[in-house]
Amino acid sequence: MIAYIIRRTLYAVPILIGVNLITFVLFFVVNSPDDMARMHLGIKRVTPAAIEQWKHAHGYDKPLLWNEAAQGLENLTNTIFYTKSVRLFVFDFGRSDAGRDIGYDIRQRMWPSLAIAVPTVLIGLLVNITFAMLIAFFRGTSFDLSAVVLCVMMMSVSMLFYIIGGQFLIGKMFELVPISGYLYGIEAWKFLILPVAVGVVSGIGMGTRWYRTIFLEELGKDYIRTARAKGLSERLVLFRHALRNALIPILTGIVAVLPLLFMGSLLIESFFGIPGLGSYTIDAINSQDFAIVRAMVFLGSVLYIIGLLLTDISYTLVDPRVRL
Amino acid sequence: MPVLLWTDALFFLLMLMVLVYALHVRRREHLRAPWRRIMQSPLAMGAAVVLGAYVLVALIDSMHFRPASSGAGYGEVISVLDYLARPLRMQTEKTYSAPFATHLYSKETIELENGREIRGYPRLEYGGAHLDDPRAQRAGDILRTSLVALAEAALVSLVLSLLVLTVLARRSATSLRESMQRVLHGRGRVPWRTLLGTAAALIVLVFLLLELSANYHVLGTDKVGQDVLYAAIKSIRTGLIIGTLSTLVMLPFALALGIAAGYLRGWVDDAVQYVYTTLSSIPSILLIAAAILMIQVYMANHPGNFTSVEQRADLRLLFLCIILGITSWTNLCRLLRGEVLKLREVDYVQAASAFGVRHGTIMLRHLLPNVMHIVMIMVVLDFSGLVLAEAVLSYINIGVDPATYSWGNMINSARLELAREPVVWWSLVAAFVFMFTLVLAANLFADVVRDAFDPRLRRETA
Repeated sequence: MIAYIIRRTLYAVPILIGVNLITFVLFFVVNSPDDMARMHLGIKRVTPAAIEQWKHAHGYDKPLLWNEAAQGLENLTNTIFYTKSVRLFVFDFGRSDAGRDIGYDIRQRMWPSLAIAVPTVLIGLLVNITFAMLIAFFRGTSFDLSAVVLCVMMMSVSMLFYIIGGQFLIGKMFELVPISGYLYGIEAWKFLILPVAVGVVSGIGMGTRWYRTIFLEELGKDYIRTARAKGLSERLVLFRHALRNALIPILTGIVAVLPLLFMGSLLIESFFGIPGLGSYTIDAINSQDFAIVRAMVFLGSVLYIIGLLLTDISYTLVDPRVRL
Repeated sequence: MPVLLWTDALFFLLMLMVLVYALHVRRREHLRAPWRRIMQSPLAMGAAVVLGAYVLVALIDSMHFRPASSGAGYGEVISVLDYLARPLRMQTEKTYSAPFATHLYSKETIELENGREIRGYPRLEYGGAHLDDPRAQRAGDILRTSLVALAEAALVSLVLSLLVLTVLARRSATSLRESMQRVLHGRGRVPWRTLLGTAAALIVLVFLLLELSANYHVLGTDKVGQDVLYAAIKSIRTGLIIGTLSTLVMLPFALALGIAAGYLRGWVDDAVQYVYTTLSSIPSILLIAAAILMIQVYMANHPGNFTSVEQRADLRLLFLCIILGITSWTNLCRLLRGEVLKLREVDYVQAASAFGVRHGTIMLRHLLPNVMHIVMIMVVLDFSGLVLAEAVLSYINIGVDPATYSWGNMINSARLELAREPVVWWSLVAAFVFMFTLVLAANLFADVVRDAFDPRLRRETA
């Protein structure tokens, strides 16, 4: 088991190197630092001196890959590639283009993100499983059909409309909770309810439909027939047998996205004004802060790979037939 | 003078491919079978009619030309749809006006004929301009126009139904009456009742909009006085192009790499797997954001490469398609590789390779046709997700060019309108209705296509 984890972790290294190279090519080769400086300083009437100054202030005035002027190992380390890309591997994100410490910002902002993402996933899981079991119980009836059609309709509504609609109805018309904003500490619940509710409702369509298929697949298996043949009631069959086995694919599917919860939801956070990592990313995109976007791309890939690893491990934990 | 933009060319190419595919399928029984199952599903056929209407609008909107009047080279490029919808495009008001309004939405200072100035809601320049006393006449006028439109629509629907019924009767060698009864009772394999019903509903809608929009802003006007209906219709092309071209652009790569990895194994397999694992491990929205940011920088620094606004917006749309394609391509590639890994052990592939058929030929002749059902399912399933993604991306400013009409841009510019008092709701509702209809139709259609093409499901129901 431990050998497997080590092997998988080592396997992640070349992938992260690849991600790093892709971001490096995207951010420094497709456009030279001069282009970026010009973009930040305004396109027209920009003096070369101003560009040089901007590049120097942000550490972009070094050569890309090989520093001729430097001595010894500095040849390699005193370059953009080393200071901006390689340092990401030790989670040294450096400073944003606006001058702030990215690592500090990330540590500060991940808590509001988690405060929204974790309840959303947990409540969503509970709601979706309940609905899916209800539909699976009435399988083959007109209730089943209309529920599935309803799910498809809910899937067809853009996330944007769930957010706008939720804000408008709950926040503005009924004035139950504040429309946006955030408070640290226990007071935060007032600002969390609406985003969490919107997140759960918007996921019902896809989640319920997916879990319903899992349940139906499980209900078609032999051990269910055996349980029924023993004379067990449908309720027992559904809860004691089908639910437990259906939870395997459901939970392992959740494990894959767990690490990414740190990143938060881009849309929900920016709409509700939550100071999490999602709105951090959006702000960076809008203000064209390349350093932050680069850091988030790398962080996202690391978390994704951790998710894959966790999925494989959780398979062996819940299903003894899978051997690593 | 006709102008061919990049996305136009690719969209026409796509239509041509669909046509060639249809002709190809027509002559082969084993390929026709799944399509026949799709044709028998009323749900899928209803959705297909709606999708067809959207595609038709997008096609008309993709034929661009430069009007002869506007001098050589510098005039704006417009599409045939723009030309047909001249009244909608040209009749702009000053600012917001509600659906069917005759007056502006905000108060202004109006100068009366005798020189006095009052605060009030000024009349619209075009909306309901033909009425002398809007308050008294408007309801009657709308009702009258709607009735005319309904009558016209009924006539057109009737002619269409009669045409279809005549063809059906001729084909099955029965009388017109008999075929009409069969259709009405829903007998026969193809659900003509649903098809004709959906078509009739669409025709009614089209005629209502046509007749009413001549004198009113049916869905109101937006902040700069642009007709919202026009913006929503123009967005159809953007949505469809993103939904279709994104998968089309990367399809050759996915097919070539997926099949090669599964069939050749060895280092090719390792390399391909490495590439798609790396690409898919970057959260797609961040990859898109990074790429679009870089394109913005490139476009800002090289203004000389783009001669017109349309061209610039068009290239950005194409870039967006390519980037979306790169993020969704990896999934298809993984599925294809898995399927080919299974197929290469199948007897007919083994036999072909025992006969000394070259690798290239085996991949092209034996493997490619047998993985096409996966491609089919993926393309249809991805479509609705891509349309939804466009709206989200445009909302966070990393989508299409702000000058391009798209539902995302409509929502983006409308998001502050709900905070106004009284609420400006029509832009959002228009974007919602148009997008929801398209995505719902696509989702319903995709479900039936998947069920028909997935061999696992087919065996269970057969």
